[in-house]
Amino acid sequence: MHQPIKKHRPPLKKRLADASEPYLYSAPALILIVAVMLVPLVVGISYAFRDIQLLNPFSGGFVGLDHFRALGQDEAFYGALRNTLWWTGASVFLQFTFGLILALLLDKPFYGRGLVQALVFLPWAVPSFLAGLNWAWLFNPVIGPLPHWFTALGLMDEPHNILSDPHLAMWGPIAANVWWGIPFFAITLLAALQAIPRDLYEAASIDGAGPVQRFMSITLPFLAPTIAITVLLRTVWISNFADLIVVMTNGGPADRTQIVASYIFTQAFKRLDFGYASAIALVLLALLLVYSMLIVLLRQTMLNKG
Amino acid sequence: MASIDIESVRKSYGSFPVLHGVDLEIKDGEFIVLVGPSGCGKSTLLRMIAGLEEVTGGEIRISGNRVNDLAPKDRDIAMVFQSYALYPHMSVADNMSYSLRLRKTAKEKIASAVGSAAKKLGLDPLLERRPKALSGGQRQRVAMGRAIVRQPKAFLFDEPLSNLDARLREQMRAEIKKLHADLKATSIYVTHDQIEAMTLADRIVAMHGGIVQQVGTPLELYDTPANLFVAGFIGSPGMNFLEGRYVVGGGAGAAGEGAGIRLSDGTVVPVAPRAGLAPDAAATLGIRPEHVVIAENGMLEAGVDLVEPTGFGIILHLSLHGLPFKIFTLDRDALSAGPTVRVDFPQKHLHVFDEAGNRAD
Amino acid sequence: MRTRSLLLTGAHRLAILAYVVFALFPLFWLLKVSVTPNDLLYSEGVRMWPSRMTFEHFNFVIAHSAFPTFFKNSLIVAGATAVVVTILASLSGYALSRFSFRAKYWIVALMLITQMFPLVMLVAPIFKMLSPLGLTNSLTGLVIVYSAFNVPFATFLMQSFFDGIPKDLEEAAMIDGATQFVAFRQIILPLTLPGIAATLGFVFTAAWSELLFALMLISGNDAATFPVGLLTFVSKFSVDFGQMMAAGVLALIPACLFFLLIQRYLVQGLTAGAVKG
Repeated sequence: MHQPIKKHRPPLKKRLADASEPYLYSAPALILIVAVMLVPLVVGISYAFRDIQLLNPFSGGFVGLDHFRALGQDEAFYGALRNTLWWTGASVFLQFTFGLILALLLDKPFYGRGLVQALVFLPWAVPSFLAGLNWAWLFNPVIGPLPHWFTALGLMDEPHNILSDPHLAMWGPIAANVWWGIPFFAITLLAALQAIPRDLYEAASIDGAGPVQRFMSITLPFLAPTIAITVLLRTVWISNFADLIVVMTNGGPADRTQIVASYIFTQAFKRLDFGYASAIALVLLALLLVYSMLIVLLRQTMLNKG
Repeated sequence: MASIDIESVRKSYGSFPVLHGVDLEIKDGEFIVLVGPSGCGKSTLLRMIAGLEEVTGGEIRISGNRVNDLAPKDRDIAMVFQSYALYPHMSVADNMSYSLRLRKTAKEKIASAVGSAAKKLGLDPLLERRPKALSGGQRQRVAMGRAIVRQPKAFLFDEPLSNLDARLREQMRAEIKKLHADLKATSIYVTHDQIEAMTLADRIVAMHGGIVQQVGTPLELYDTPANLFVAGFIGSPGMNFLEGRYVVGGGAGAAGEGAGIRLSDGTVVPVAPRAGLAPDAAATLGIRPEHVVIAENGMLEAGVDLVEPTGFGIILHLSLHGLPFKIFTLDRDALSAGPTVRVDFPQKHLHVFDEAGNRAD
Repeated sequence: MRTRSLLLTGAHRLAILAYVVFALFPLFWLLKVSVTPNDLLYSEGVRMWPSRMTFEHFNFVIAHSAFPTFFKNSLIVAGATAVVVTILASLSGYALSRFSFRAKYWIVALMLITQMFPLVMLVAPIFKMLSPLGLTNSLTGLVIVYSAFNVPFATFLMQSFFDGIPKDLEEAAMIDGATQFVAFRQIILPLTLPGIAATLGFVFTAAWSELLFALMLISGNDAATFPVGLLTFVSKFSVDFGQMMAAGVLALIPACLFFLLIQRYLVQGLTAGAVKG
């Protein structure tokens, strides 16, 4: 009874047309990404092993690991690495904490919520360079109110600019970054909050759970995946984010606010030493990859245990 | 209008088969209903005819021309979707004329086609509205209108009434039937609702597990179901089944000279002799609830579990040898049935199935 | 019980108010200084609003500085980038949403990776690549670079909007006689208008704000964008705060307008899990 199964083959032309359709749609975007991001990335990696100085026509030779050896001796680089940790850690922590609180506040319905939401998310739309300038001005005792308020509160002896104080300067860009980045966390967390089925809370209330218990046993577990992914992406993104620092302090005073990303930019833009800049960037990329892998591994082990 | 031929058509997703060789010849102007539980492959078959799914094997022909490799737009068929799939950003008139505009039909022709379709479906006052401003029934009509303006070779319906409430469904069912009588268009209609299948179809194709179980007129499927699946699927409430063994002649006990099915408690229900069954073979006896007769001196006694008045008739839920068993009767006396009733099975309404579940005659 | 819930509501509103003040105060201060006459700037340093208002800073910035050029350049770059990216991302987002094909996994992976690595790393190679093509110091060069940077995220954003549109609609169109591309253009795209608006707005804002590559690729005033112009202005004449802040307020306007228009859709698009600054 069993006849040999004869697989139906459409004509070649139709098969080709069908198979190529999705590629035709995605080709323009892919070509652009490969040409302007992937190729430069590979070229950039090769620069790390070459002597590339923009104004020196005799540069371009292969120098092997020289840049990395120099990097090993570069005190400024180690300082930048420490500053990056400090900058990223403090920014992410504060953005996340205040973002979560804001999302929880906005999750409750109240009169005028739409307007309030648009207003509190507004900082996100402010161009980052302008956010930097804006906060630099706020910290400026000549035109900004903050130093005067700090003095009035007894935090300062007399109004001065914390951006020029080596011990405090980092707090300036961090403050600007927190102001600018809260909306991002609030928006993503709010979206996740609103996806939690409301009847879960009702069921928990009927079962006798208080607000704190409801938060711990329903809200947090539901938010956990979003929190994990946003914090991971945000950490990587912020450690690469040099705009605010370049605008507000340019790494100063005394390199106290120089992070690795701004250091790369200084090397490339001010000293035109592309080879060395690429070497630093490669190290940063490697560190970020290791960090991402660790987080993913940690997540896996936690999932396996659970 | 056109005939549609389906020849050993198969479909699999990767190595997972969903249709195992379907053969079907649909005549010009025929109304065919594909019916079966969800996942039986009926929608897949319809979508393959429409060109929305690749054909893994076999051949589909519309008016004798092979269409396997034609894009949906080149098959000249129309389809009504379960979700209606009306274009939300177009008015009713634009929804209906979209296919004609794509074919660059002359403006006057479009206007007259849309006009006459709208009149047929009572959509005249709604032509300028957007789908959002229509009720469910009106949307359904627009979906039908979109299909008929074009006078395609065939109409395909994918559960078009399942999003409507019961009253509207009944009304639209009748309208579809009238429309078909009027247009005489070849139609293939997918549904899981056996009432729709019975009332609409010229022929029903009952499907299960990717295999065609039986093809025939509604009454053929009702009167002579080819197997246990069709017997159980067509009819509501569903057919009762009793397991037993086929006995003939002397071995038949109470049945005397004839043949019968001996149930587990030893009772023998007499049936006409079945050539297809060997003596003592396992068999299943089937009888529809509406054919069971309540009689004071009936052959079998059953406990009454539940009495369900439906208004029109009464459904008695019984247990016979511990198995559920149903009776449908128009006799209101059944409402006051005692804890047990005695029942009889009229011989001409009995169905016998062999061990494999196929009808034995 | 009643007083307790009243107290809670009060605390909730108070906290909201604190956030609104925190979010808006820096922008308010920008506006305040931009309308403060120079002679009052120091004497009324911490006053919330100057006793006398002036628009002379705006006047000066618009009439006597290169800012109109910067503004125009930024508008061209951000506008062109937004349009290019939205077109490309619509196509690629549609491919990711509607087709299953072998390379899909790799395309998604590639796009995710581009969101991870430090863009500063690309400064030097991109400069070296664009310079022989004459695309440094040109708005076209900026548009190309910004488009590439924004396409991956925009693709995910558009994909999430396409995912929300039932597949039935294209199938109906294809049976009505359309090819898949015609169905995409005539049926699906018009239904994705909110998504297109969100993508346009997002990319416009991102391109309007970009600083590092503009600094690196542009020298001289003719092709400078607003961020570059403002920063040069600040480092050259960091005395006239009124004028700087007036320029800042001007820089803020297009981005904020766009944001207010699209923020509703953006939250909707982000719900689908696309995540980036």
